[in-house]
Amino acid sequence: MNLIVCIKVAPKVDQIKFDEQKRTIIREGVENEINDADKNALEAALKLKDSHGGKVVVLSMGPPSFDPFLRLAVAMGADDAVLLSDRAFGGADTYATSRVIAAGIDKLKPYDVVLCGEASSDGSTEQVPPSIAGWLGIPHVSYVSTMEMVGDKVRARREITDGHEVVEVMPPVLASVQLGCNSPRFPDFRRKRWADKEFKLKIMNIQDLGFAPGDVGLEGSRTEVTGLSRMRSPERKREFIVGTEEEVAKRLAQIVKG
Amino acid sequence: MTGGVFVFLEQTDGALEDASLEVLGKGREIADRLGVPLTGAILGEGVGELAEYCARMGAQVVLAADSPHLKNFTAEAYTDVVSRMVKPRDPDILLIGATHNGTALAGMLAVRLGTGLMAHVVDLEIETGTGTLLGSVPGFGGSIVAICKTKKGRPQMATVRPGVFVAPSPTEKAGTVEPFPVDLKPEDVRCRVVERVVQHGASVSKAQRVVVAGLGCKDDLSLPKKLAEATGSTFGVSRPVADKGLAPKNLVVGSTGSSLNAKLAVVVGVSGAAHFTSGLRNAETVVAVNSDPNAELFKHADYCVVGDASKVIPRLISELGAEGK
Repeated sequence: MNLIVCIKVAPKVDQIKFDEQKRTIIREGVENEINDADKNALEAALKLKDSHGGKVVVLSMGPPSFDPFLRLAVAMGADDAVLLSDRAFGGADTYATSRVIAAGIDKLKPYDVVLCGEASSDGSTEQVPPSIAGWLGIPHVSYVSTMEMVGDKVRARREITDGHEVVEVMPPVLASVQLGCNSPRFPDFRRKRWADKEFKLKIMNIQDLGFAPGDVGLEGSRTEVTGLSRMRSPERKREFIVGTEEEVAKRLAQIVKG
Repeated sequence: MTGGVFVFLEQTDGALEDASLEVLGKGREIADRLGVPLTGAILGEGVGELAEYCARMGAQVVLAADSPHLKNFTAEAYTDVVSRMVKPRDPDILLIGATHNGTALAGMLAVRLGTGLMAHVVDLEIETGTGTLLGSVPGFGGSIVAICKTKKGRPQMATVRPGVFVAPSPTEKAGTVEPFPVDLKPEDVRCRVVERVVQHGASVSKAQRVVVAGLGCKDDLSLPKKLAEATGSTFGVSRPVADKGLAPKNLVVGSTGSSLNAKLAVVVGVSGAAHFTSGLRNAETVVAVNSDPNAELFKHADYCVVGDASKVIPRLISELGAEGK
């Protein structure tokens, strides 16, 4: 099986601060990490490879500084890694991002299953995976928790609003994997050394993917951000209820009963 | 008839999603503001009655696509049909409830239509003067909102977080239902649903009273569940509780789940990260119980109790019982 895992290197959300005056996001000093759900996607791919054989390629879009994160994915078990990197790709919305990633995937044909995390921790739009499937013209199954091959079909369990479904689909297919659906494996020590020292990362730029500058990045985006604001929370009473356990319970009971 | 506002109306097993009713309500409001028609799209098998219902709830026209191949949601087949509905009508605005299926549809559909998409918006406005749709898109865990607009491509598309807008009331004059012919063959549906298990629980976003449990409950949800039962509340959880597999994802409160609209929310053992508290915004009264006096959640609560849930809850339950007698 040829498996492709799309990973995003995202800033650690809890380290992000908002500059009230400038109304911008302060990114300085914020550490990056492989988006959590994407690690679950990688683990799901490695599991498929463990049971059915094949090859796992990780693919990401971003600056050359993402190199160590792709090596980490290789140390976890990926066979190859591709970074789509070009200044022109910057500032992209989900439309332009998914377009570039889909073109990168297309260069890796033939493939059976493309896996993504269901959402990124920073943007959380959940739109890149279905949009990639839209560009590639392949079926998309979202919120996947488990996957297996049954005959020549992929059988996947996906979560829906009030329950779950089991779906069967003939590859090629794109699956977006639920955050926390498995426990991503730790990098193998020896493999990590090899990945850091000897592994050669493939980099593809705008020419490799055959785009004009207007197709991608900020210019190729369909949406724009006109302003940022902190999400205001409503005013709350913030009254601390103190007293003996019994007094607290009595007061709480009054509040709960309205 | 081109232009106007278009809404996707999602049904599962013959029941309309609450989120779809909410976008129908908001769609009606926007269409009235712009003085344009509102069109709804419903897909499924035997959806005639639901289509009639939507036509009474504010849609002037409901396009109904009926086919056994549309009985179950599959992203590809639904994208095909909805894009064929949308293209000739060329609407200015297209709204979809940000359910699991709505989200999957929207991403594929936006690419098919060659337009942008504002995801999981928590508010929608029409810019004065230009008539442009502005969407409030939460990011970075829900603490920051980006005001977005579509700079290229039409329709202006947005998925709307469940629970942020209110369901509409029936209109005086019902709209019309137009059957939308589909010619799908089994091979057009490459993805087949072989099993579906649905528990029709009460929805957390619609509940009047909610008890929400977080990781502070230390994997034992029995006490908060008992409290929910004792107070006639719907039970909900924070995202990490669902991620640990302790509760289904449809119970999640916050930016990746539902927003509450409850009169009373009792929140137990939740630390109060921004992506959680953004789901409390519309709750009328919030009671927080947490053992950490510095818990962020207390900043978002009306009544704060510093204490161990395993002690506070049983006392409260017995107090409620005693008073009931």
